[in-house]
Amino acid sequence: MKKIEIITRTFKLDEVKTALSGIGVKGMTVSEVKGFGRQGGHKEVYRGAEYQVDFVPKIKIEVVVEDDFAVDVVEAARKAAYTGETGDGKIFVSPVDEVVRIRTGETGEDAV
Amino acid sequence: MNFVDNAFILICAALVMFMTPGLALFYGGLVRSKNVLATIMQSFIMLGLMSVLWAVIGYSLSFGSDIGGLIGGFDFAFLKGVGMDAANSPADNLPHLTFMIFQCMFAVITPALISGAFAERMKFAGFMVFSALWLILVYAPMCHWVWGGGWMGEMGALDFAGGAVVHMSSGAAALCCAILIGKRKGHGSTAFIPHNLPMTILGAAILWFGWFGFNAGSALAADGNAANAFVTTHMATAAAALSWIAAEWMHGGKATTLGAASGAVAGLVAITPAAGFVTPMWAIVLGLGAGVICYGGIMLKNKFGYDDALDVVGIHGVGGTFGALMTGVLATVNAEGLIMGNAHQLWVQFVSVVATWAFCFAMTFVIFKVVDTTIGLKATPEEEDKGMDIAEHSETGYQW
Repeated sequence: MKKIEIITRTFKLDEVKTALSGIGVKGMTVSEVKGFGRQGGHKEVYRGAEYQVDFVPKIKIEVVVEDDFAVDVVEAARKAAYTGETGDGKIFVSPVDEVVRIRTGETGEDAV
Repeated sequence: MNFVDNAFILICAALVMFMTPGLALFYGGLVRSKNVLATIMQSFIMLGLMSVLWAVIGYSLSFGSDIGGLIGGFDFAFLKGVGMDAANSPADNLPHLTFMIFQCMFAVITPALISGAFAERMKFAGFMVFSALWLILVYAPMCHWVWGGGWMGEMGALDFAGGAVVHMSSGAAALCCAILIGKRKGHGSTAFIPHNLPMTILGAAILWFGWFGFNAGSALAADGNAANAFVTTHMATAAAALSWIAAEWMHGGKATTLGAASGAVAGLVAITPAAGFVTPMWAIVLGLGAGVICYGGIMLKNKFGYDDALDVVGIHGVGGTFGALMTGVLATVNAEGLIMGNAHQLWVQFVSVVATWAFCFAMTFVIFKVVDTTIGLKATPEEEDKGMDIAEHSETGYQW
């Protein structure tokens, strides 16, 4: 199993969710996060004084899927989140050792 | 006694009262979220402390029998002789109580204005004692000098609604406090970004609203002078909001909402001494100047390096001074300024400006030092990190 973390622009949430649901992803977790990458932060001005704000608001979508499904999920998410401008975000894929469904006690891919 | 005037001034007093919670919102939005309650408190609680002190002694020191042109006597201490008719009242068309409570609202907001200078780092106990002493030793004498029969009014200084008494005095005190208390922890390396600008803009709008009572009410009658003061107040404020954003648009590339709100307050401050002495068109000229001058004024702290957290010096100090001097230039209603060929009025205004700054700065210095060495004024670095809401009041403004 793989965990896929998609960190992208906040206004892309609906498009990514729709794209992932469309290819069969059954569940996801969404968080509001802040951070910066190569895009950097932005400048704010208050009464003539400039401040550099490093952390930009983003959303993080986490899904866990079967190994052979991960490539499709990453590609669907990438297409949905794409604008072509700096700051589109990152997708991280990492292995998951175990999954447990709390209600039934199922484990492994049955629990995803 | 005139019943219409009485009704009008009581309503004006209520309008001026509303300025203090308006100021609390204006300042509260400008600080970081961990200091929002402590900042609001430093305005709101002045409605309690200053009102009681005013009734007990402040009013008497301001408007009691003149002693050498410097201070009022104890005739009205504990509101003795301040009654429901016009007996002994400085305004013979108003019940003495009406005049007293209208002036009370000015005494409430002035120490609250200073709190913007030391926002985010002042201990509450020290603040309360400092403010109490400041009312008695700075505000009351200033009020007496200008309006209570003291030397500044006798000299002919024009201050319709408190350019010297309220704004220059608080601006000079703010400069003194900002220098003495030192910078906030992280100043220069941390971004002190306003946490809620909508709150600040609502506060500015409430100030604008309440200021009609402040300035029009200073006519002390429901007459044409009040109408003129109301209109000049509005026009100067409108013009200053425009000229501030024009200045920052040219200087920084964008017109900001904080700029519009700050410009409006700058216009309100600058028209205050002039409100009853200029025409509406000259008020627009004064407002246009005030927006640009005060925008420059807020740059002073960057140039000189003091941490006037919420720009009290740049807006109230600079705006009040500009307004006082421009009153000497533009006065054409009930007085003659430079444009009427009366250069002497400008000289009188200049003397009143220098005296106000010197007296208020020096006296604030003494009060600050006394309170700082006895009770303590500055929060510790740990308290600043934690936020003054938790450190001083055991509360937080927001539950996330």
